[in-house]
Amino acid sequence: MNPKIYEMINDRAFPTPFCPGCGHGILMGAVLRAFGELEWDLKSTLFVSGIGCAAWIPSPHFKADTLHTLHGRAIAYATGAKLFNPRLKIMVISGDGDLSSIGGNHLIHAARRNMDMTVVCANNSIYGMTGGQVASTTPLGSMTTTTPKGNLERPFDLCKLAEAAGATFVARQPVATPIPLTRTLKKAITHKGFSFVEALSPCPTQYGRRNAFRTAFDMIQGLKNTCVSAEKAKGMSVEELAGKVVVGEFVDPGPK
Amino acid sequence: MELKKSKGTLAAGWYFMQGDEACAEGALAAGCRFYAGYPITPASEIMIRMVTRLPEVGGAFIQMEDEIGSISAVIGAAWAGAKAMTATSGPGLSLMIEALGYAVITETPCLIVDVQRAGPSTGQATRPAQGDMMMVKWGAHGDNEIIALAPWSVQEMYDLTVKAFNFAERFRVPVFLLADEAVGHLRETLVIQEEVEIFNRVKIPGKPPFGTEEINGVPPMPAFGEGANLLVTGSTHDPWGFRKTQDSAVQARLTERLVRKVRDFKSEVIEADSHLLEDAEIGVVAYGFTARAALAAVKTLRAQGVKAGLLRLVSIWPFADEAVAALGRRCRKVFVPEMNRGQIAGEMTKYTSTPVIPLPKTNGEVIEPAEIVEGIRRNL
Repeated sequence: MNPKIYEMINDRAFPTPFCPGCGHGILMGAVLRAFGELEWDLKSTLFVSGIGCAAWIPSPHFKADTLHTLHGRAIAYATGAKLFNPRLKIMVISGDGDLSSIGGNHLIHAARRNMDMTVVCANNSIYGMTGGQVASTTPLGSMTTTTPKGNLERPFDLCKLAEAAGATFVARQPVATPIPLTRTLKKAITHKGFSFVEALSPCPTQYGRRNAFRTAFDMIQGLKNTCVSAEKAKGMSVEELAGKVVVGEFVDPGPK
Repeated sequence: MELKKSKGTLAAGWYFMQGDEACAEGALAAGCRFYAGYPITPASEIMIRMVTRLPEVGGAFIQMEDEIGSISAVIGAAWAGAKAMTATSGPGLSLMIEALGYAVITETPCLIVDVQRAGPSTGQATRPAQGDMMMVKWGAHGDNEIIALAPWSVQEMYDLTVKAFNFAERFRVPVFLLADEAVGHLRETLVIQEEVEIFNRVKIPGKPPFGTEEINGVPPMPAFGEGANLLVTGSTHDPWGFRKTQDSAVQARLTERLVRKVRDFKSEVIEADSHLLEDAEIGVVAYGFTARAALAAVKTLRAQGVKAGLLRLVSIWPFADEAVAALGRRCRKVFVPEMNRGQIAGEMTKYTSTPVIPLPKTNGEVIEPAEIVEGIRRNL
């Protein structure tokens, strides 16, 4: 492991509060590896998060400036910090409910402005911290504590949302494949402008056990089986793609 | 409070200016270098002034997607090192209240200008009111000790904005400038001095940013990017910012300090002007634009042989408890004209047993001197 990662970790903050099988630990590792491989100085990096499990990925675990804000508002706080001090590299890490439901307005407007920041959305398809309620990203038919007969509402495609709003780098990767995830995060970090990375992260505690994933291992396997790379998806029919999630880098201006 | 002389951002001299514009100029003179806002009548002129003036002094401006975004950006900028502000009116303030408690618990200095208009809800956008006195005090959940100042002139839109920034930095709290549409849109003479006295953020590297030895202390405040590895959170936290959401001792100490760091030093903030009070038997308490009418009314009553006097509240919160108690001891009746249904009149009854008679007016028009004279004469 890159020894630089240890310098980026706040010793006092461990062990993490995440449940066994939670994907957020893998995402935390991927983010640190991405910064480590880029040999980035975290002294000028600000991590901003909202409320929820994913908001605890940077705060207090990262040895850097962290701003743990109100529910949904991370991007708005980040916008103020970035505008006043443009030398700060800003990464927002928060959950799907935080960024796309209560904070949806700030997400689309920061994308529209092409604000120079990286937004990492840990999407676990559920409100985990509050007890497994349906989210704007929960798949149709899923059982949650507030959809006892299955979810009747269609979920957001967050990448399409970010792209339509004007994000200039958009990608989706599951934590089940941490190497491509890290590679994508590195691209997002070095991208100038608004970069959005949706990291699919399993929540066995609040989502999996109510939805036929008996164990954390089942959930990771399920994620692997569901995800199809964008390249592969090009050659697949609509029927073949039903129930699949396309992953990859959808908007990528490439190296300058 | 240790103030430093600072050169103004506008040439010294006499200006004919609108209240909202004077507020923007006062902010710049105080060192404000960040503004985030959302359009709303009757506060928009502050934003429109700032968008051209901030770049001239090296500051940053953004029009956000809503008022929640505005106050959030202000708090983010404050932690990046800025003296930062926003301005709004009732409906926008309702949204900003969301982050008020966050600014309190994270001890973020910032200025929120509320140019009050007639409510409730959308009410009358272009009409004056003073209906948010209690909202700014009690709007946020949990305990806090809010500071709010109420200007009565264009000059005070400038001067009290400077003071508000000083209090924000001195105590590390959000501060309100509680203006109203009448004073915000008023145009009159503004005198700008060569220098203003300002308080700059205290930085002591190595000291905890969220705790002090004393139970009423104000910790130093580093900024992002200075290598402090800041942990800023709206959850209950220890002096270094670590979340302590199950620790009753940390919660008890934090909540007590957040209130006492202002309450124990409230004499630094509380300000009230006495007008013709030396021999007064009839007291009038007023603030903001209404105090101008109240002063005229007191003079009229004097000419009619009624020994009336005015206590003008410059600061609203913390409340001028001792001044009101002293007024109650001196006068046999106290009248309170205000553009609400008796918000400050009610507060006064905590501090005096002398009869307090509200003179409320909520028709979206300012209170006229003759109405105050009549209201008092009816109840002499």
